[in-house]
Amino acid sequence: MKHAVGYNADARLRWTEWLPWVAALAVFFLLPDYLSLGARVLTYILFALSLDLILGYVGIITLGHAAFFGLGAYVTGILSAKLGLTDPMMQMLVSALAAGLLGLATGAVILRTHGLTQLMLTLAIAALCLEIANKATPLTGGADGLSGVVIAPILGLFKFDLYGKTAYLWCLGVLFVSWWLVRRLIYSPFGASLAGIRENSIRMHAIGAPVYARQLLVYTLSATLAGVAGALLTQTSQFVGLNVLGFEPSGELLVMLILGGVGRLYGAFVGPLVFLVAQDYLAKQFPEYWYFGIGLLLVIVVLFARGGILGISDAVIARLRGMA
Amino acid sequence: MEAFLASLVSVAFHGIAYGMILYVISVGLSITMGLMGFTNLAHGVFAMAGGYILIVSLSRFGLPFPLALALAFVLVAAASVVLERLLYSRLYGAAELEQVLFTIGLIFMSVAVARLIFGTLQLPVVLPDYLKGQLSLFGRDFPAYRVFLIVFSATMIAALWFGIERTLWGAMVRAAVDNRAMAQSIGINTRRLFTVTFAIGSGLAGLGGALGADIVAIQPTYPFEQLVYFLIVVAVGGLGSLRGPFIAALLIGITDTACKYWLPEFGAFFIYVATIALLLWRPAGLLGKRA
Amino acid sequence: MSLALETRGLCKSFGALTVAANIDFKLEAGARHALIGPNGAGKTTFVNLLTGRLAPSSGSILLAGEDVTGLTQSGRVKRGLGRTFQINTLFGNMSVLDNVALGVAERLGCAGRLWKPASAFAAVREEALRLLAMLGIAEEADGTVQGLPYGKQRLVEIAIALGLRPRVLLLDEPAAGVPSLESGRILEALDSLPREIAILIIEHDMDLVFRFAKRITVLVQGEVLCEGTPDQIANDVRVRQVYLGEQHV
Repeated sequence: MKHAVGYNADARLRWTEWLPWVAALAVFFLLPDYLSLGARVLTYILFALSLDLILGYVGIITLGHAAFFGLGAYVTGILSAKLGLTDPMMQMLVSALAAGLLGLATGAVILRTHGLTQLMLTLAIAALCLEIANKATPLTGGADGLSGVVIAPILGLFKFDLYGKTAYLWCLGVLFVSWWLVRRLIYSPFGASLAGIRENSIRMHAIGAPVYARQLLVYTLSATLAGVAGALLTQTSQFVGLNVLGFEPSGELLVMLILGGVGRLYGAFVGPLVFLVAQDYLAKQFPEYWYFGIGLLLVIVVLFARGGILGISDAVIARLRGMA
Repeated sequence: MEAFLASLVSVAFHGIAYGMILYVISVGLSITMGLMGFTNLAHGVFAMAGGYILIVSLSRFGLPFPLALALAFVLVAAASVVLERLLYSRLYGAAELEQVLFTIGLIFMSVAVARLIFGTLQLPVVLPDYLKGQLSLFGRDFPAYRVFLIVFSATMIAALWFGIERTLWGAMVRAAVDNRAMAQSIGINTRRLFTVTFAIGSGLAGLGGALGADIVAIQPTYPFEQLVYFLIVVAVGGLGSLRGPFIAALLIGITDTACKYWLPEFGAFFIYVATIALLLWRPAGLLGKRA
Repeated sequence: MSLALETRGLCKSFGALTVAANIDFKLEAGARHALIGPNGAGKTTFVNLLTGRLAPSSGSILLAGEDVTGLTQSGRVKRGLGRTFQINTLFGNMSVLDNVALGVAERLGCAGRLWKPASAFAAVREEALRLLAMLGIAEEADGTVQGLPYGKQRLVEIAIALGLRPRVLLLDEPAAGVPSLESGRILEALDSLPREIAILIIEHDMDLVFRFAKRITVLVQGEVLCEGTPDQIANDVRVRQVYLGEQHV
């Protein structure tokens, strides 16, 4: 159900949009052994959502989105392990701010370029962040990563327990708020103009729209959300290492998003869920075959199923409707 | 002072060697991206494959070094023809995102295969005796292999430039890079041109990977880690150009070596900063034709 | 009568190639003016210079007396300069309504609002529908633009420009590519445009030009050849020469 944005769109919540949240709560109650995997899925859904803003709605291909994710993760880790700041909300706030600032600074630059140069810059910025994290060992723990991350109880009341219950609900809450914000954005006039920019930016310029400023706003917002996701990762795993930065996690995220479907709000929900659950089952037993499989899947999706899982389900639903 | 001068020469020498390798590998990427407009992020896979072919030929089959090098070129070029005909050609004219995703998929697949076959560690290259040791030039000692590397690469590069500038094939490539639609309308068979050029570019990447296995270690994560450098060479040098990436590659080779030698705490930091600054100043690269 | 649009000595060259040479042009408020000339005369270049897509090599452009030569495209749009494109430049996958609404929202200043749903902005939607109705395509509002026949798409193109409440409207070949059955509709639409807007159309369809325009400027190789009423232009020897070649007396 590709939702239409714009001035005629119905912005009210459809009942189907409650399903993901109901399902998430069901998991909490029914599958207590899987809560840490669940928290990971929720974190990556937020990360994928942030990428979808740039990729699906602004139309910029980035190979370095992990830079914001990693920055958020490391900021929270450093705040906790090196500076003793353990309140999770404060950590999240600072991480979001840091990632947002980086997004603003890099976006201002990247949005003025296009083509290979733009692609190259996104990669260079991420590589730069990785190199800094690798070399600034006193701060970041270098190749060993940062452990000893302590998270205080949320609001002083809810301790992060060993079973991951608090962590799961914390992730769910953060994701819910973020999703709500993004959804409002998409249905707003601003969101309609984003669609216009993606469809035909020449036209948007000709109607006097401040295209660059709008793209920059979305880019910054996207970076902020990615930073929040990174902070979540550190908070729920109590560790941050180099694997949150660089091309590999950016590439994996692209796979997750493509799997679900780009440019649609719920593609970011479906992709990471399918990817991470499959990875949990398959990767432990056959890590190389798993990796090969993702690559193969990506190639097949690009060649034959460009809309991702939601695209396929759209097509199936359309067929069924046609037959009914 | 004498010691500083000596290290200066050493850095320059090793930097040039590294730069040459970077160029031999990356020039294929510049040409195919400029010619076919195809964003092929998997270019590093060809370099890695060449490296593995060399290592396996030397250690498992005991082949002579020159033959192993030739195999690296030929086998990679042949494999690339198959890939191009079967897969890449379906995406000519597709959106950039799709090309990017497709090539990322190829990287994932090849990294997995490399890990399965060769394990995760770096594999050492067993050089033949006549290339080991030091060579005495101008009163200083230089590693013989690196000297060979520079000379051999220079020869390959000269051959490539001659090919692009003097042969019919080269003229067609230059025409098509300049204006693809025009080239087609004057009867250039772009399909075959793409395949041949892609093969040469990929073969060179394989050759570069093999030659440079001594400098840039061959390991399964090679395509991920080196991608940045190849793209920097092409973006900074200018898409579709021959000379630009050469200058860029040398600059990067020397700068990277210098930084790693004198400022190891910073690693590749300066390279990235310099790249970003340079691309902001000149989005089309140093000698690029298109932005 | 005040000048809605004026250029003084407008020049543009690309190296040795001069595409606009010292163009002095005046457009009055409420004008119905046409710009004609053979292919390659530089008409679309002129429009691009006026809107700011191209920067001139020298000369100045004034909108309602204000010098806008250094202003960006959106700056000029905000000062009342609207245009349509020679080839449809529409938001293909979006609805006809949205195509027009986007421009209306920009003008009303609410296009950047982040929180309230777009559908709650009734003023935008109603204005967009009004414009579509004025051009006779209100019933197409909900369909996508891609699904429309080419002639109606041209009308959407005009509707978008109107949504900006321009004081000056530049129409670049509004009838281009429209099958002759539908071109009558274009003319009707042009006739129904508000009286106060100064309109400059670029056209090859001489029928349309002579029925619509009150004044005509002829552009040849980037230079103004002559200017006058339709009758004057129709009888001008130089114009005939340019279009028809040397006449044997």
